[in-house]
Amino acid sequence: MTFNVLTSQFWSLLVSGIALGFIYVLISLGYTMVYGVLRLINFANSEIFMVGTFATVLVSRDLYKFDQNTNPLTGTKLVLTLGSFLLASMLASGITAVFVELIAYRRLRAKGTNRLASLISAIGTSIVLQESVRILTHSIPMSNPRVIRKYDALTFGSTGIRNDTIIVIVFAAILYFAINRFVSKTLLGKAIRAVSMSEETSRLMGINLNRVISATFFIGGITTGAAAFLYETVYENTKYNVGFNIGLAAFTAAVLGGIGNIRGAFFGGITLGLLEVFIAAVLGTQWKSVTVFVVLVLVLLFRPNGLFGEAITQSRV
Amino acid sequence: MFNIRDRGAEIWDRSDRKRRIAIALGSVALAASLPFWADIPILNIVNTPISSFQAVLVYPVGMFILMALGLNIVVGKTGLLDLGYVAFFAIGAYSAAILGTKTHLNIWEILPIGMALAMLAGLLLGLPTLRLRGDYLAIVTLGFGEIVRITAVNTPSIGGPNGIPGVPNPTPIFGVKFDDYKPIFWVVLVMILLVIWMIRRFSVRRPGRAWEAIRQDEDVAMLMGVATLKYKIWAFVIGAAIGGAAGVIFASNSMYVAPDMFSFNISILVLSCVVFGGMGNIWGVVVGGLTLAYLPERIRFISDARQLVFGLALVIIMNVRPDGLLPRKKREKIRKVRETSESSSSGAQS
Repeated sequence: MTFNVLTSQFWSLLVSGIALGFIYVLISLGYTMVYGVLRLINFANSEIFMVGTFATVLVSRDLYKFDQNTNPLTGTKLVLTLGSFLLASMLASGITAVFVELIAYRRLRAKGTNRLASLISAIGTSIVLQESVRILTHSIPMSNPRVIRKYDALTFGSTGIRNDTIIVIVFAAILYFAINRFVSKTLLGKAIRAVSMSEETSRLMGINLNRVISATFFIGGITTGAAAFLYETVYENTKYNVGFNIGLAAFTAAVLGGIGNIRGAFFGGITLGLLEVFIAAVLGTQWKSVTVFVVLVLVLLFRPNGLFGEAITQSRV
Repeated sequence: MFNIRDRGAEIWDRSDRKRRIAIALGSVALAASLPFWADIPILNIVNTPISSFQAVLVYPVGMFILMALGLNIVVGKTGLLDLGYVAFFAIGAYSAAILGTKTHLNIWEILPIGMALAMLAGLLLGLPTLRLRGDYLAIVTLGFGEIVRITAVNTPSIGGPNGIPGVPNPTPIFGVKFDDYKPIFWVVLVMILLVIWMIRRFSVRRPGRAWEAIRQDEDVAMLMGVATLKYKIWAFVIGAAIGGAAGVIFASNSMYVAPDMFSFNISILVLSCVVFGGMGNIWGVVVGGLTLAYLPERIRFISDARQLVFGLALVIIMNVRPDGLLPRKKREKIRKVRETSESSSSGAQS
């Protein structure tokens, strides 16, 4: 164990932990939104994330023909290019999410069967998505051409903060607050909250359940897709199984904060990001996920509904 | 829709004792003869293209049925979602590997030790976590499965990522040697039958009724005086013991264990067997395990796409038959209908 890492690199660890945390926040929003309305874990969310990363890479590599020798872009051109990547991955993930709801959940929901059946069909959908991509890419990792020059944009004393980290934090924060506002202020957001309170009653009040649930999946997909874009900006490569570990971590984050609770996703994500980074620095990366799960178990023991309580509205029956 | 489960139950209910014994013995004999099918002309369509059919019968088919039966107690009977069942399988396999290579114990002596260690792990995991509800339990068990695997990867004294080679085969008993797949398959078959027998006994006694009550409504069960935590822990621990036993036999059959063998995918596959076949119903689980373990091996000729086909099959079957291939509920309903109609008709007569 090397505790002096903590003092010597504290600030840079803190910043990278927050950046990782914000990526988790966006993905856990995908889990939390769906859980809020359906009371179901969307097992295919990690594949929705994976689709988003591939959308970013494909647009960059095959549409714009960027490669490793491309000169970094600057100014308006950079903003527009990144914006188009973001749009592509958000749309790809959003559409995949709606598609997942259609094939994995809708029929089963109409039949009103047990929750495990939906879970298995979601797992099936997740296998189908992952395997299709694996076969199409021949299991070869794909690297994302770098279009942005990475440098320390800000320096505090000896600690530099890179510009891609700043992009992640600023953008994820904006999107998080936008989603939060959307759910609390708009009509559709109100409908989503209503459905999460009671499916029955909201149907009696004239809410089109199918449409609201599709919309929820789409919004969850959009945030997950945005996370995929940010992930690509920082880590610059992807693979057919990229979603597995990160999806697991994001789901843990959602549970940590209290699943179904949008604020919980925020705090859970940030907490998990910081925990992972600091634990990796102290104990070594190999024990990272073990410690994270141990912390999760401890939190659930003392606060069985997560740090910030369950659900947008009330606990499950 | 035609329901094989109910037809089977009807035949069973109508038969007298003699016929029941005949049916049971016939099915056991049929199952025991499976390893020979690969050499018999017409039956050899069951042959698997890449790996030998007899090997496939032991792992994955036999092992998956065994594990699915164990998980069925937790998920199907008690209604607790366990996503880390592979942990108990891994604990059994690793105890067989460590004790088998470092001590002079043979596999039959290790079997109860492996089961006990798995039960202990189940108890240690169950005590704090079974107080949690539904999806939290799922994520904690999932985490436990990963913890066991990652710990194995990161502990050099048990081989780290390379695992432990040279696990001994079972020592001969009654002159039967276990250097071939056939006898090991029969051992697995006997274990499956024992587990089925055990579950059937449990189901009609207090623990079975307690599990059923917990599954239907935990709060009501508690109010009715069922010691819910105790029975949940029992379900967990018994499930763990079966997983551990499967692990011991698995390690001794493959003669080698490595952390990669115990990934999250195995937990998911076993859970799929349970849900796919029909939760809570022993025969459904057996059919589920048989199908899901055998199918990917049989369609290996489409090698690259077999997992894809597997995923599609999961989605389609769950959409068409959400309660699994051989569901439990319909039978209960039919019983009830029959009982009420009988009582009403007898009431009319008197």
